[in-house]
Amino acid sequence: MTEQHRYSIRTPLGRVRYLGSAHNGTRVFWHQRLTSVANIPLSIAVIAIIIGLLRSNHAAVVQILGSTPVAITLLLFIISSVYHMWLGMQVIVEDYVHDETWKLVTLMANTFFSFAVGLAAVFAILKLSFGL
Amino acid sequence: MAEAKTARLKNRPLSPHLQIYKPMLTMMMSIVHRITGGALFFGMLLLVWWLIAAAAGPNAYAQVQWFMETVIGRLILFGYTWALIHHMLGGIKHLIWDLGYGFGPVEREWLTVATLVGSIGLTVLIWIVGYLVMGGMR
Repeated sequence: MTEQHRYSIRTPLGRVRYLGSAHNGTRVFWHQRLTSVANIPLSIAVIAIIIGLLRSNHAAVVQILGSTPVAITLLLFIISSVYHMWLGMQVIVEDYVHDETWKLVTLMANTFFSFAVGLAAVFAILKLSFGL
Repeated sequence: MAEAKTARLKNRPLSPHLQIYKPMLTMMMSIVHRITGGALFFGMLLLVWWLIAAAAGPNAYAQVQWFMETVIGRLILFGYTWALIHHMLGGIKHLIWDLGYGFGPVEREWLTVATLVGSIGLTVLIWIVGYLVMGGMR
């Protein structure tokens, strides 16, 4: 218990009320919805881009994926969906992993995985665009 | 005495969970929404593999293309497509519910059936378009 809590006049119940099992506010809930709405048009666009590339060879794929509108669409899709899946997996972990140590480990693994996957995708898209 | 008390406390019914309820379509699709979400979490690796391979060069890209054309690759891709579409339609249903609409006994069933039928239909449609673009089965 921190000093601040020890001398607080708020009751333990008052401190956790409305915060839920995640001990957090509604930020996760809201960002989950925000990214879900963004993901609808972005996923449709990515499916269309992939279908459009089915006949292309590697050189054509690089040219199209690296073009400005396609690269920006892909970047938006990756950022929005990786954030969405990070939040979603966090909720799943909080619901099913009850052991405190395992919960910390899986929450960390979730963050590391999501961050690594997202950064790798962003790097690949930028490399395709700038041709490094 | 103390042990008997502990055992009795342990066997007390807790808050009702899944096994208490009769399976309903809305409940099943809620579970499927989580499962598809979890699948898409790991499915992101496929998309990233494709992007990295495209950025890495023709040889790496040929490997991805080879894998995606195997039967297993095709099955994974088909499942990935369905998981994405079903999660998207289920998500739209949840957004409608978040706004407070569609909770009636008829609407909620109709919406849930629509996500299932819609996801299967759209997935098959996307694959038909894909094969048409490629000019046949391969």
